[in-house]
Amino acid sequence: MTGKNYVTEDYRLSSWFTTTDHKRIAILYFAALIFFFFVGGAAATIMRIELATPASDVVNADTYNRLFTMHGIIMVWFFLIPSIPNTLGNFIVPLMIGARDLAFPRLNLASWYLFMLGGSITLYAIFMGGIDTGWTLYTPFSTLYSNSYVSVAVAGIFVAGFSSILTGLNFIVTIHKLRAPGLTWYRLPLFIWSLYATSVILVLATPVLAITLVLLAAERLFGVGIFDPRIGGDPLLFQHLFWFYSHPAVYIMILPGMGVVNELISCYARKKIFGYRFVAWASLAIAGAGFLVWGHHMFVSGQSLTASLVFSFMSFVVAVPSAIKVFNWTATLRKGTLRFDAPMLYALGFVGLFTIGGLTGLFLACLAFDVYATDTYFVVAHFHYIMVGGMVTAYFGGLHYWWPKITGRMYPEYWARAAAILIFFGFNLTFFPQFILGVEGMPRRYHVYPAEFQVWNVLSSGGASILAAAYLLPMFYLGFSLFFGARAPANPWGATGLEWRTSSPPPRLNFEQQPVVTEEPYDYAHAPEPQRV
Amino acid sequence: MSEIGRPPPRTWRPPIDLVICWIALLLLLGLTVVLSYQPLASLNFAVAMTIAAIKAGLVAAIFMELRHRSGVVRAFAAAGFFWLAILLWLGLMDFLTRT
Amino acid sequence: MTMPTRRSRNVSDRSDIAEHLATVPQRDEVLELGMWTFLSTEVLLFGGLILSYFVYRHADPQAFLAAGRETKIVIGTLNTALLLTSSFCVAAALRAAEHEQRRTTRALLGLAIVLGLTFLGLKSFEYIEEYREHLVPGVNFARAGENAHGIELFFIFYFVATLLHAVHVLCGIGVLAVFAALATATIARSRYVAGLRTAALYWHFVDLVWIFLFALIYLPGRSS
Repeated sequence: MTGKNYVTEDYRLSSWFTTTDHKRIAILYFAALIFFFFVGGAAATIMRIELATPASDVVNADTYNRLFTMHGIIMVWFFLIPSIPNTLGNFIVPLMIGARDLAFPRLNLASWYLFMLGGSITLYAIFMGGIDTGWTLYTPFSTLYSNSYVSVAVAGIFVAGFSSILTGLNFIVTIHKLRAPGLTWYRLPLFIWSLYATSVILVLATPVLAITLVLLAAERLFGVGIFDPRIGGDPLLFQHLFWFYSHPAVYIMILPGMGVVNELISCYARKKIFGYRFVAWASLAIAGAGFLVWGHHMFVSGQSLTASLVFSFMSFVVAVPSAIKVFNWTATLRKGTLRFDAPMLYALGFVGLFTIGGLTGLFLACLAFDVYATDTYFVVAHFHYIMVGGMVTAYFGGLHYWWPKITGRMYPEYWARAAAILIFFGFNLTFFPQFILGVEGMPRRYHVYPAEFQVWNVLSSGGASILAAAYLLPMFYLGFSLFFGARAPANPWGATGLEWRTSSPPPRLNFEQQPVVTEEPYDYAHAPEPQRV
Repeated sequence: MSEIGRPPPRTWRPPIDLVICWIALLLLLGLTVVLSYQPLASLNFAVAMTIAAIKAGLVAAIFMELRHRSGVVRAFAAAGFFWLAILLWLGLMDFLTRT
Repeated sequence: MTMPTRRSRNVSDRSDIAEHLATVPQRDEVLELGMWTFLSTEVLLFGGLILSYFVYRHADPQAFLAAGRETKIVIGTLNTALLLTSSFCVAAALRAAEHEQRRTTRALLGLAIVLGLTFLGLKSFEYIEEYREHLVPGVNFARAGENAHGIELFFIFYFVATLLHAVHVLCGIGVLAVFAALATATIARSRYVAGLRTAALYWHFVDLVWIFLFALIYLPGRSS
């Protein structure tokens, strides 16, 4: 890399672990998240190998319980929730708003250390044998009967929760107070609106998880039976408290992905996002309405019919802003100058797969259908379409899109397109059969099943092996590009946005001179042409 | 925010608005305790919560200086309580409507 | 940290604001918004406990009234008065700091700390009494009769909520002590005042939480 940038300005390893530079902290998170993705993926691999046959031949029931619990806990709290906000968000947000750093740089570093501490504690629990309660930790099994390292795992999640809260706090204050002169709210890229909405959820939902985990641990360790039916406690209180956080948590996971898709579609259609203000407010609407639907996870738990009806109705309402976004992205493509580079392939994949996942969510919002489909593979397929087909796809898209900015190198375009297509194919082969399995009645969290389900399970496991290989591909060619890729100019894609006005990679304080904003967002009529590098 | 510096007075006087607020808070504390001993049946709870809310409002407006702050800061201050209201309302709905 | 070789035009070089911020008002606003955001998270942290309280109060109202009668209203009321007064001291200390009355600032913060420590002392005494009366769930809780379960649930809420609150009081005392120690140091006035204002918000919030906890814990059942 020529000249001083945020990587080359200090080569000592210790400078990385004491940095307050948001760009370096993003890299620290990125490295940790790759590790956790592999751990969670390893659990999934063993599960899919077991599920290729109806009988129990790889693991027994107890081990299988621990595997799916570990998969859920690691993937939710140590991969999906921090993924885009803490890697792409940390790196890009200050650049995109023309700031030198986040509002609280030292708090940002503290967030990373808290994340690593929480992750270490949880890994310790897993290393000592894991827990078997499911990632949902329902009482009274988790408090009174489970014979596993529940308290340790819960402590790890608790600590990681504070990492989330501080990240959200940092983003909110940054977006309010550190925008460049002239950068009004309606001139912000939609990625910022999405991360703002995400941060609101992070800040307001996660504390409820924290206190719930404290109560769970107190009951388990000290015998204070706040959820214990024997003294009048109500296990449903735990579920209400847990899902008050965990439903908004899924919007923490998907909103940043939607934010990335805005940037990708506008860049590779060279057009302003259709209905910019609708998309901006839809992000906030998703965040707000997402807090009103949590009871749809509890339709068969014993909550009152009135509550179920209200939550079912609200679950339909919350689909509306997401649908607005899908319509607007599609409308943006019309009469755009489309380029099908790898990030665009990921963005289009997102739109399609998220639509399928979202629609099946509406099926589950219907009380009658949910009574039939709950705790079957239909639910598993639904949320994997959104989380993996949606969120992970958007993450890979954003990673490729901003790779030149972050590393100063271009990735190999044809390898990237091949990987994107392979991921799409492998993903659908893995998870579409699971919709069928769910409708046919196969329950989730079981490692044995009747023989008539085997065909679909074999397809799913086959797809999983393709998906695993497809996810490994980017590791290789992105790693290769770090050393041998072409050097990236400041704006290889001819994109709008302040992050493209500084060098690739950026200098330590982001901009040589404070940028001032006078144009509307996504002003592709006046943007530079993409460069052939 | 920071006031223009005045020459320091010779002996420090506590600001009168803070003193009035403090005395009001103590009086409300006494009032809520006295009222809790009155047989008002189901009104006892409503009275206690109302007085608590007034005390909280005084602390927020006077001590925490929200009376001098702009809409954005007040919105931030209110947000937590608004979301708490959602948690309590929708959370209790299940328990209140069980047959 | 290595210093940048070139500075942006509009960013100030002052020592009392961090290098990534531009002006003093921006720094003050950043600190204030940050603290209010943090306080919102605290509302929801205690909020989960408040939901639990109302769920179980609704399930067994008579038991909660009986449990409320077992709490020590004299200590509770005294503690509330102590916290309200400490909030007054902190608010007054902030005004004194704005007027460069450094010794007065330190004295008022010291008084607030003493009141806070007294609060914790009385709380500990209260806990010991409750232990003697077999009211500690998970340790030695012993009550009989139809209200026993509800009373136990009430006291689970009581101990978790007041312990959590006490931890916050302790942290607040630590923060106030730092500002009391720094009151007469040669630190830029605006920076000290901005920091103290932020710390004061936290302390007032701890007081605010207690106002509600007091009403939920000590007042039920007094009229029967």
